[in-house]
Amino acid sequence: MWFEHIVFWVLSVVAIAGALGVVLVRDLFRGALLLATAFVAVGGLFVMMNAEFLAVVQILIYVGAIAVLFIFAVMLTRDVQQGNAPNRLQIPAAVISALLLAAMIATAVSTDWTTLSGAGLEAKAQLAQTQAVGIPNASDLTSAGLTPAEVESVSSGGLADLLIGNFVLPFEAVSLLLLGAAIGGLALARGRGR
Amino acid sequence: MTLESLLIVAAIIFCIGLYGALARRNFIAVLMSIELMFNGVNLTLVALGRYVAPYAVQEQLSAVFTGQVFAVFIITVAAAEIALGLGIVFAVFRSNESVDLTDAATLRH
Repeated sequence: MWFEHIVFWVLSVVAIAGALGVVLVRDLFRGALLLATAFVAVGGLFVMMNAEFLAVVQILIYVGAIAVLFIFAVMLTRDVQQGNAPNRLQIPAAVISALLLAAMIATAVSTDWTTLSGAGLEAKAQLAQTQAVGIPNASDLTSAGLTPAEVESVSSGGLADLLIGNFVLPFEAVSLLLLGAAIGGLALARGRGR
Repeated sequence: MTLESLLIVAAIIFCIGLYGALARRNFIAVLMSIELMFNGVNLTLVALGRYVAPYAVQEQLSAVFTGQVFAVFIITVAAAEIALGLGIVFAVFRSNESVDLTDAATLRH
């Protein structure tokens, strides 16, 4: 248990420090590297929350694609010397962010969450989430005390079941969005007249 | 690691990103800050999906993945946003020779 606490605090501190670095460091190239560090730390937090699939997606897409794209953009626009200067809105922005942060922390702490452990579902939900990736073993789930309906809803694929089942319409809409973004990005980067 | 501590970490990351998006002048730095905000929101969604019992879990156990499904969609939208955003960065850089947002306030050059 204490090990989990230590890992959680280390990952949180790395994520927050990386995020602060992105915002405060003047050299944009270093900012992009710190951004990748923060992404990795958030991926580690995903692993701790039994969301292994999302952690893999986070590393592949954020660290592998988005951070590299940012580094390319920083190097291609050659604006490293001018750097990460703040604008005139620095103090109002800091005040707004601090107020929002205080409001969110107050809400998170004061809300009475009905957690899974309170509903007696934590063990089942945790078991379901660890079976989200790969092929779940139905007999393992049954022996862990899940009812046949629950075993069926988890062992038919977990996350994928929900993604292709209940959320199939947003899933298709997102594919159209990606197509539009790819064409739009090409058109923008190519410029007019060529 | 409790739900509250995860939500607080996510809120801190989100607010740092918000500050960066409001206070920076460099176009690329603003896009990076927006990515940080997306990460804060993803962390919140996954934490809530991990710890909070939605009503649907009573009937269908795989509803515990709802938060993760939303996070997958957010990551996809973030990737699309970055593809377009960096395209705009290059277009602005070509016409203005700078990526300063105060220079890019006008649409024509």
